[in-house]
Amino acid sequence: MSDNPAFDSIQSELDANDVVLFMKGTPVFPQCGFSSMVVQVLSHVGVKFKGIDVLADDAVRSGIKEFSNWPTIPQLYVKGEFIGGCDIIREMYEAGELQETFAAKGVETEAA
Amino acid sequence: MAMDATEIEKLIKAGIADAQVTIEDLRGDGDHYAAMVVSAAFEGKSRVQQHQMVYQALQGRMGGELHALALQTAVPGADG
Repeated sequence: MSDNPAFDSIQSELDANDVVLFMKGTPVFPQCGFSSMVVQVLSHVGVKFKGIDVLADDAVRSGIKEFSNWPTIPQLYVKGEFIGGCDIIREMYEAGELQETFAAKGVETEAA
Repeated sequence: MAMDATEIEKLIKAGIADAQVTIEDLRGDGDHYAAMVVSAAFEGKSRVQQHQMVYQALQGRMGGELHALALQTAVPGADG
């Protein structure tokens, strides 16, 4: 594993929470349209998730991109696995695959 | 900083040999594009892997010089 100092805190968040969204802003006050879109999708699917504001921590903001080899924010993780950014989450949601992914990984959802 | 559509298309095609690329400038500011990339090289790859291939072709510009690229990828002949 790379010795990026942010990796430990990223990994501990992933270990402690089934669904983690690294985003700009918070679920209540998203600071970017892409992050806001994913928050809305997760609310529609009715899944509990931990929002982590990368704007509050530059090390996590750059570290998460190296961690997943993904250049942008937001980033959604389910049971520690990187699922995708805004485009992929929207595409999966529209195809019903996001709900399937949650079910397959044993994550509870309450469809809105 | 910004990029123009032809440069994005050129980079993607240089990085993914058979790619068919369609680019739309969403806001006319050189910073917000939508792109559809179709390539046989995506066969058998997850969406994340397909998008990572496109980002690799863009040689690190994604998230920096290029702020927003709404990306869709597909294998030739895939419907939708």
